[in-house]
Amino acid sequence: MISCEKAAKICNKTQYKEASFLEKISLRIHLLICKNCPQFAKKNTAFTSLCEKAKLRSLSESEKIEMKQKLEDISK
Amino acid sequence: MTHQQKLMQTHSLNPDLWVDAYADYLFNYAVARVSDSEIAKDLVQETFFAGLKSAKNYKGDAAERTWLIAILKRKVIDHYRKINSNKGKSEVRMSYNSNVDAEGDWLEEQVADPYSLLENSDLENEELGLAIQECIAKLPKKQALVFTKKTIQGISTEDICNELGINPSNLWVIIHRARTGLMECLNSNWF
Repeated sequence: MISCEKAAKICNKTQYKEASFLEKISLRIHLLICKNCPQFAKKNTAFTSLCEKAKLRSLSESEKIEMKQKLEDISK
Repeated sequence: MTHQQKLMQTHSLNPDLWVDAYADYLFNYAVARVSDSEIAKDLVQETFFAGLKSAKNYKGDAAERTWLIAILKRKVIDHYRKINSNKGKSEVRMSYNSNVDAEGDWLEEQVADPYSLLENSDLENEELGLAIQECIAKLPKKQALVFTKKTIQGISTEDICNELGINPSNLWVIIHRARTGLMECLNSNWF
């Protein structure tokens, strides 16, 4: 039986499709027995679909550095 | 500014922190409206320039982010004006009062508004995106960085670890803290 901490870690990995087959099985078993983790797992998965739905975009680090540089140049 | 005025000011500007705190937020807002990431990026940069230029007019009655979004909205409108005039349509309808006897339905013309988002679901998803960005900006810097790289940019665990000099265990702990923080921050009616 894995700990809740371990279960949470695997659950997070699952969100990024990085959990191994064995990890997924141990998580399943844990979720059957544990009282608190199923709620976290459900919300965590819901959060992943929210992130996908939101079509989040971000600027890359180099783009941000360039922006900062331009801002500094202009404020001189 | 007198000391008293300073005390009365509820918000203040910190341009040094703008890029880290608001660039992604503004970028998401812009990209939903101009649907070209290069143009969106330019508009964000211009927004920061304009903000810096008019910082002395900032009265502190709106939060910094709200103030910057207001500037960005102007930039988006200006962008569409420019495109319109490039097409030879230099006149942009400014008001409906000036041509009261124009034919056509007011609502129909509103729907044809180029700045409006096309569908309700787009609007909702955009609102959701901004809510998430807002929460990301509130996270500790390292959590925000790792979460963004992993979730939004989809960079592999290995690459992030190499870049930041952390091991996978560290990464998953950071991801866990970021995700729980974000779930807490995100208004429960999104779930």
